[in-house]
Amino acid sequence: MPIHIIDRRLNPGGKSLENRQRFLRRAKSLVQGAVKKTSQERDIKDVLEGGEVTIPLDGMHEPRFRREGGTRDMVLPGNKKFIEGDYLQRSGQGSAKDSGPGEGDSEDAFRFVLSRDEFVDLFLDDLELPDLAKRKIAQTESEGIQRAGYTMTGSPANISVSRTVKLALARRIALKRPRKDEIEELETAIEACTDEDERAALVARLEALKAKAKRIPFIDPLDIRYRRFETVPKPVAQAVMFCLMDVSGSMSEHMKDLAKRFYMLLYVFLKRRYKHVEIVFIRHTDRAEEVDEQTFFYGPASGGTLVSSALQAMHEIVRERFNPSDWNIYAAQASDGDNSYSDGELTGLLLTEKILPVCQFFAYLEVGEAGGSAFDLSDSSLWSLYERLRNSGAPLSMRKVSERSEIFPVFHDLFQRRDTAQEKAAP
Amino acid sequence: MKERLFEGADWDFHTLQRITDACEEVALKDLGLDVYPNQIEVITAEQMLDAYSSVGMPLFYKHWSFGKHFAFHEASYRKGLMGLAYEIVINSSPCISYLMEENTATMQTLVIAHAAFGHNHFFKNNYLFKQWTDADGILDYLDFAKNYVMQCEDRYGRIEVERTLDAAHALMSHGIDRYPGKKKLDLRAEEKRAGRRRQHEEEVFNDLWRTVPKGAAKSRSTLSIERRRKLLGLPQENLLYFLEKSAPRLAPWQRELLRIVRHIAQYFYPQSQTKVMNEGTATYVHYRIMTRLHEQGRISDGNFLEFLGSHTNVVFQPEFDDPRFSGFNPYALGFAVMQDIERIVANPEDEDREWFPDIAGKGDVMGVLRDVWANYRDESFIGQFLSPRLMRHFRMFHLHDDPEERAGIRVDAIHDERGFRRVRRELARQHDVGFIDANIEVVDVDLSGDRRLILHHHVIKGSQLNETDAKRVLQHLADLWTYDVALIEVDANDKVLREYVVSPRPIPAAVA
Repeated sequence: MPIHIIDRRLNPGGKSLENRQRFLRRAKSLVQGAVKKTSQERDIKDVLEGGEVTIPLDGMHEPRFRREGGTRDMVLPGNKKFIEGDYLQRSGQGSAKDSGPGEGDSEDAFRFVLSRDEFVDLFLDDLELPDLAKRKIAQTESEGIQRAGYTMTGSPANISVSRTVKLALARRIALKRPRKDEIEELETAIEACTDEDERAALVARLEALKAKAKRIPFIDPLDIRYRRFETVPKPVAQAVMFCLMDVSGSMSEHMKDLAKRFYMLLYVFLKRRYKHVEIVFIRHTDRAEEVDEQTFFYGPASGGTLVSSALQAMHEIVRERFNPSDWNIYAAQASDGDNSYSDGELTGLLLTEKILPVCQFFAYLEVGEAGGSAFDLSDSSLWSLYERLRNSGAPLSMRKVSERSEIFPVFHDLFQRRDTAQEKAAP
Repeated sequence: MKERLFEGADWDFHTLQRITDACEEVALKDLGLDVYPNQIEVITAEQMLDAYSSVGMPLFYKHWSFGKHFAFHEASYRKGLMGLAYEIVINSSPCISYLMEENTATMQTLVIAHAAFGHNHFFKNNYLFKQWTDADGILDYLDFAKNYVMQCEDRYGRIEVERTLDAAHALMSHGIDRYPGKKKLDLRAEEKRAGRRRQHEEEVFNDLWRTVPKGAAKSRSTLSIERRRKLLGLPQENLLYFLEKSAPRLAPWQRELLRIVRHIAQYFYPQSQTKVMNEGTATYVHYRIMTRLHEQGRISDGNFLEFLGSHTNVVFQPEFDDPRFSGFNPYALGFAVMQDIERIVANPEDEDREWFPDIAGKGDVMGVLRDVWANYRDESFIGQFLSPRLMRHFRMFHLHDDPEERAGIRVDAIHDERGFRRVRRELARQHDVGFIDANIEVVDVDLSGDRRLILHHHVIKGSQLNETDAKRVLQHLADLWTYDVALIEVDANDKVLREYVVSPRPIPAAVA
């Protein structure tokens, strides 16, 4: 009888991926809620990690006709002391058996693991990059180099040794070049040989072999191969995200926390679109400095407020390190809205002339104390400045936030799918 | 002494081939097994999880519930809560066994002996499998089902198809013909038939007819109740069959989907009735083959000890007060009874001669076992062959739990002279699917009135349906029937215990 043994391990995996997607689609709202809840407890970089979520099984239940209750009979193994007619108390062990081997209610909640991509997809739902990005598409390509086989000509630096030796070996075998040990063998044979005639014959053969070895070189120019490269257009797959924040005395911990959450979302969002995302943290009082994340959020600082200093710093960093033709530049600014009046003009100028032209997207987030009543009074100086700029056509996105729970909706607002670029201008 | 099949734990495909050949030699010559041709496939853990989520079948139509099961299994597997099976075997011809790549050479030998010869012989020879399943056609049929569901999704939308399948799955346990008499399932013909019917529909489709005014419907009030029930084939316990044939407003493709789910349920029906026997047979066969290979010197002592370790784990039966206890282990029970039969046939004692006059001392162990494997299912197998000696060995006892009884749970019988027969009868009943599944049937349809579908649940021993689940399943049923559905729970004296009435949810116009 013939027996077939088949190795299925090489078959493409993920056969049940489709079913999984159907399941996630069906449980979408439940899973999404769980994802948001989980993400609230995480730190900026961990948000991307995916992981386990728990959803209630309610909508996912597969009902069956099941029976329960009534008189039950069962046969069990392991009798130690019972005899016919004994009665067992129902408490404890008895009631444990009541729940029985059936499915019961054991499936109330359902835990499972989401992959990183699934997690982020659900987290960001249907967000889109702002239309602004499209303006840059033509420019988001640069020349890259990639390997493209071998060539007969090229510069010595590009010689492919392995390929060259391989070809040389093939040629030597094909042309029957005498091997070294062959010649050595013959030489020892000559040494050991006593008979003159035979010796002469051997010497003649040795000479012939040596001549042949000389005629057929070890490596012929014909064998040499060079690695070939060709240039290909390469889309820019990197982005830099500038986090600008006012850290003057008027910013409370609560406000910084709001800002952090917003940056977090932006980071996650960019990370999904770009292979490589850099973050630059610029904090400012009346002067600006580039700092690490820890200092940015928690380092103490005091002083007045000059927004233009931060914009100036950003402009310089862009000029030095992030060529706009190689990088997609995103900036998000968080502030409580204070700015010294004398600085307004310079800020506006820097923004419209230097910053906005190189940015894909610039968001301004005005954070307030919990309760948010302060916003009802009047617009802050920075807000009115930005609003004026926006009304005159500058591509700015701006929102006010005072509660943690508002962050996600605001982010959602800023990045949701848009049909026309104009809509973006409306608050 | 023959040559070793392998040394240590490593194996490659040549090893597998040698192992299979050696197992086959023992299985066919020494044990006289009769098997389908074998196909052995090596898979990864992920592929094993894939197989888990689609009830072990290599191909299946797409449905979210399989994704749910996959996510569930995967989560518990990753956390280490659940080990994966060493193998999965499919009742098809050729008989496909999936082996996990992680298994050691010894485990592969065990698994090949277990699945490719044990289960395989049982599938091919047991009367239930012969009667209800079509091993030659199943894979083609599943392929057809998969494509058909896919086509339906293209034509009628994923949501619509999902709704129908959800409903069909809810009724799956009541989509089975329990009594033979109908012709055997021929899945190849089934597939062709579906194709022909579609073709016929396309050929005779004429949109004009839709606009022709209908004549006055024939009055059915004249039909007597008896005649009406007879026309509809009532009472009918196969709910899916009834809906497929009689639901008034289902589209043809929906009927076909119900039919597919019904056929698949029917295919698995024998497996649920023969868990103890099936696993017992496979375990007994692997034990015999492994022992024989060891005797022949083809497996080293060390590897044989490894095998004994796994084998002991497989047939471990915790006692009722052990935290690990979750009912009788079908491997343990089946294997024990089959070993006991071997003993009775070869070396009977006086007690055995009294209890098993037909087989005691008959001498031909394999002959008797092959006959048992062919002609019994769990219920009759236990009812017939569980010996007093085994009941003493397992120290079995019978509990009777009547909620009315204040004093507690009564010990009704134990493993003594007075109790043997009662314990055995009760354990057999526990393995009778007829007692496990709720007995629900369609009894009537109010055709002259509001077309309400009436079902009865015959309550046994006061065990009624779980309310939330019952309502949900009935909702699905009503959606398919498209009129009200009533389920009445009646006890043995026809006393009504409870009544459910469910109306269909409004369905989008797509259902013609």
